[in-house]
Amino acid sequence: MLNYDIVVVGGGPAGMAAAVKAKECGVDSILVLERAETLGGILEQCIHTGFGLHYFGEELSGPEYADRFIQQVIEKNIEYKTDTMVLEVTADNKVYAVNSEDGLLEIQAKAVILAMGCRERPRGALNTPGTRCAGVMTAGTAQKYVNIDGYMPGKKVVILGSGDIGLIMARRMTLEGAEVKLVCELMPYSSGLTRNIVQCLDDYGIPLELSCTVIRIHGEERLEGVTVAKVDENRRPIKGTEKYIECDTLLLSVGLIPENELTREAGIDLDPVTSGAVVDESRQTTQPGVFACGNVLHVHDLVDYVTLESYCAGEGAAKYVLGSAPEKKYISTKGVGGVRYIVPQKVNLNAGEDVKLYFRVGRVYKGASIVVKYNGYEIMRRKKPRLAPGEMENVILKESELQKFAEGGLVEISVEE
Amino acid sequence: MTKNIICVACPMGCGITVEINDSGEILSVTGNTCKRGDAYARTECTNPVRSLTTTVKVSGGTHPVVPCKSADALPKGKIIECARALRDIEIKAPVKIGDVVCADILGTGVDIVATNHCPEG
Repeated sequence: MLNYDIVVVGGGPAGMAAAVKAKECGVDSILVLERAETLGGILEQCIHTGFGLHYFGEELSGPEYADRFIQQVIEKNIEYKTDTMVLEVTADNKVYAVNSEDGLLEIQAKAVILAMGCRERPRGALNTPGTRCAGVMTAGTAQKYVNIDGYMPGKKVVILGSGDIGLIMARRMTLEGAEVKLVCELMPYSSGLTRNIVQCLDDYGIPLELSCTVIRIHGEERLEGVTVAKVDENRRPIKGTEKYIECDTLLLSVGLIPENELTREAGIDLDPVTSGAVVDESRQTTQPGVFACGNVLHVHDLVDYVTLESYCAGEGAAKYVLGSAPEKKYISTKGVGGVRYIVPQKVNLNAGEDVKLYFRVGRVYKGASIVVKYNGYEIMRRKKPRLAPGEMENVILKESELQKFAEGGLVEISVEE
Repeated sequence: MTKNIICVACPMGCGITVEINDSGEILSVTGNTCKRGDAYARTECTNPVRSLTTTVKVSGGTHPVVPCKSADALPKGKIIECARALRDIEIKAPVKIGDVVCADILGTGVDIVATNHCPEG
């Protein structure tokens, strides 16, 4: 059996930032386990720019952003194993993993950082009727084919879902010579960033149809076309609006699911809204010594925020290992009235620093206010010109404010129009 | 004339209003929340530019392609043409981040540089 102070599950932006921070905080014995053949995670295939504006103050591509952390992992002599699949994290923080070189690895960790990221919702989750022909895949799969494998999966493309990956892939397929005929979105708004609608669709004259979905997939061996239809306010197709579109490729960009199989099996509490673990401000889960950060905790729209969150987890795990974590005196947080969720779900009053609460709203609001209440009393109100589900918001609970709260209290965030 | 545009300089996506007179001069830029937004709005109304990210083929590397980007912004109207030109380029491994994969693409004065490593393999 191997022994490490901290084992990090996942070598993407979250895992690398957490490992780097933990090392800076004085923990030397760290092992990062990565399933893919290189460190970097999903950033390796996100070749577009737009990463790092907040954190590095410059606009980097995904691989460049990842490389900044890969270099730090190497410089700081942080151990890592690629091509390694973690099978289980136990209740006493033992990690079982497997690779073709070491065989089965049994590692006793003092702390574990979960940084497994997300996977895309697949076709099976949509129940779209039709044949099981080739040419239907998630936008991220197509992104890997084009950007890593140098392989174009099709020529005439329809994209279902207007999340950022779908929008980015609309442009990417166009640049590689494909014709993107339509991006259709079930909801009456796009969950992607506005700038991606401008620079990925409008720039190339790609139509975006809102309140519209694919209702049938046609083709025998290969996809031949899809039938799309408008949907009503209950997201049900409207009769008479059906339209056949000839295409050989259907890309699905219909949401991400945090990859929490290990978390669930370990018996760690999950938040039903985020599908990620319930954590405190140091990103510690309900299992002592197990921390979570990045997209496995909740879906982020900017990797810059993943980095910051992972620093919290890395520091939290280091303090846990070094025995310098503050005594726990928790209050809980709760999203109400238009706020879908808040991370962290609980805050230690002894955190000793300002705590940022990240949250998402359920729909688009214009000119609404964010209201923060403690045990029913309003403590903060901030007017926002625009709030959208695709854009993560945050409020700061000042350390001085935490001092005034009592253990067991409740902080609620809501939207008021 | 009033032009409403959405800033793409960063993920904020600010809505910007530009007032332009009949001779094409910009009278005012409002709605931006930073300097980059002001600059973006002015070029967008006079000479719109975009950065380009794509891949080029690599021979003898660990991967068949390596990602790349324009080192500076390119004229918006030339993006498709540049992407097409880069589809026909093949470079040799090893490639390092920042290596120029295509200098002065289509006479624009802008270099295309690699955005990832591709070791020999």
